[in-house]
Amino acid sequence: MSTAFPMNNKGLLRPLNLRQRTILLIILMSLLVITILTSSLYMDSELLSTNFGSKNLAPSLEHPFGTDWMGRDMLARTLAGLGLSIMVGIFASTISTLISVFLGLFSSMGKTADSIVSWLVDLFLSIPHLLLIILVSIGLGGGATGVIIGVGLTHWAGLTRVVRAEIKQIKTQDYIHISRNFGKSYVWVARKHILPHLIPKFMLGTILIFPHAILHEASVTFLGFGLSPHEPAIGIILSESMKYLSAGYWWLALFPGLSLLIVVLAVDILGENLGKLMDPKKAHE
Amino acid sequence: MKAESKKLAIFTTKKILKLICLMAVVSIASLWLVDQSPIDPVSIYIGAMSITPEQKAILEEYWGVNTPAHEKYLNWLGNVLKGDLGDSLIYRMPVSDVIKERFTASLALMASAWLLSGVLGFVLGIVAGMKNGTWVDKIIKTYCYILLATPTFWLALVMMLVFSVHLGWFPVGLGVPIGVAAEEVTVLDRLKHLILPAIALGLLGVAPIAMFTREKLIEVMSSDYVLFAKARGEKGFGLVLRHGVRNVALPAITLQFLGFSELFGGALLVEQVFSYPGLGRAAVEAGIRSDVPLLLGIVLISTLFVFVGNLIADIIYQFVDPRIRQQEMEA
Repeated sequence: MSTAFPMNNKGLLRPLNLRQRTILLIILMSLLVITILTSSLYMDSELLSTNFGSKNLAPSLEHPFGTDWMGRDMLARTLAGLGLSIMVGIFASTISTLISVFLGLFSSMGKTADSIVSWLVDLFLSIPHLLLIILVSIGLGGGATGVIIGVGLTHWAGLTRVVRAEIKQIKTQDYIHISRNFGKSYVWVARKHILPHLIPKFMLGTILIFPHAILHEASVTFLGFGLSPHEPAIGIILSESMKYLSAGYWWLALFPGLSLLIVVLAVDILGENLGKLMDPKKAHE
Repeated sequence: MKAESKKLAIFTTKKILKLICLMAVVSIASLWLVDQSPIDPVSIYIGAMSITPEQKAILEEYWGVNTPAHEKYLNWLGNVLKGDLGDSLIYRMPVSDVIKERFTASLALMASAWLLSGVLGFVLGIVAGMKNGTWVDKIIKTYCYILLATPTFWLALVMMLVFSVHLGWFPVGLGVPIGVAAEEVTVLDRLKHLILPAIALGLLGVAPIAMFTREKLIEVMSSDYVLFAKARGEKGFGLVLRHGVRNVALPAITLQFLGFSELFGGALLVEQVFSYPGLGRAAVEAGIRSDVPLLLGIVLISTLFVFVGNLIADIIYQFVDPRIRQQEMEA
């Protein structure tokens, strides 16, 4: 994704310049994500308890997202689910990035290593992601571990590809040749000369993998291979809501999914804008 | 001409070797993963029934619980090489039959969604690229960003909610009407059940292709030959059609073929929401109930599907694009 997010040139943000607007967007989006995460972590568990006196209520001021067939407040469930999604997303995208750091640096160590890495990338891109996550999840017996590892194992290929191309370019630099001629080992060169160049790429990569990771987690959970049905995950909420669609309880499906969309969008915007700060060349496109 | 046919021979051999290697790795890895699983297929099958130990032993043999993984793989491989994918444990019919039936249904869904997303995405991309920087461009870009962040299954759910439940325009799911004999199902019935899932799946594929087309078009429109064309007095849509679209079409089509993997993943979800009897639903069933032969069959067929997509993209890239052919001739 090399395009910049469409910027709002009119209205409230008008007096600020591009840099200020970028920073403002980053702060706002981080605040949104952090607020959701903390509110789900420190949520009063009372809010998730069942209350059969208030079953299937349509959205109102008291229950902005409505209630489900057990009288649970959907806003609380959605927040808890988003928190879970964000946690899974953080773990999974960190795993993905670590894999691509390792494989990327490994690919810098000679021709054979490079072709092994490119073969692995091709291999992982040739099975539909979702099917692979399902397989890994089955292999690990489902649950949070299954999803985190499944999602983590499938999202490194894109970043590794980018990093590999970058490394090829870095390797043509003179200082690398000189280091090699002075007898420094591949590992030393990778650690001291190549890794520092790539750190911003990896940080940004993690943030950009994150939205995909959350979406895939929700999808796999929705299909029944992810988080257990007792957790208030978004995938679970939506798959449960399917039973009540014909009854006309639209709020069960609409709001949780919309909230997930907003979180994903927020992280996307966050990543794009951080990218602009880190790589000023891109900001002028 | 000779160089051409030699290149073709090398290309074909490489691809065939790659496919064999890929299939072997994928099948070993999937079987190993499923075998690792702590989930016991027999207890899922039994559910709440009470059975005697003897019956349990028979079931365990049926599901192959006690056979070691490498033995299972060799058995399976031997049969596959003879062209037999084994029998599905849950549908109790040959895996190849299940896949044939389900894949046809899925293919109809995926093909229509693929065409829809390709055409719509390309048109949107061209419009956005032409109007680069205007509000039309901004609306299309924002729309694409939102689409990229939308969970597939949620969009499908919302569409079902709106068009099937509230407006009642389309049936609420399944591939054919309920309570109608298989012979009496008309093409129209099938179409009616196909439209909504295909639109849901197609809409999601719009974003990548539109963004890509837009970027490519902007790149082309800032090239020297477009500047020259403008100097000659060409303008507006004619200019874009003659110099832009022709240059952007091939890469866009290539990208669309490279998207088979995402398409299959999306189909899996959309089929689940609409209870559409395709391969995706069979995959989910097979996964949940540990039907190893069927799951392996589906993994292989989907890998082949993605491989074919990549292969077509490669062929377009290497053999169809005259510029790349030209470059290699000169080199």
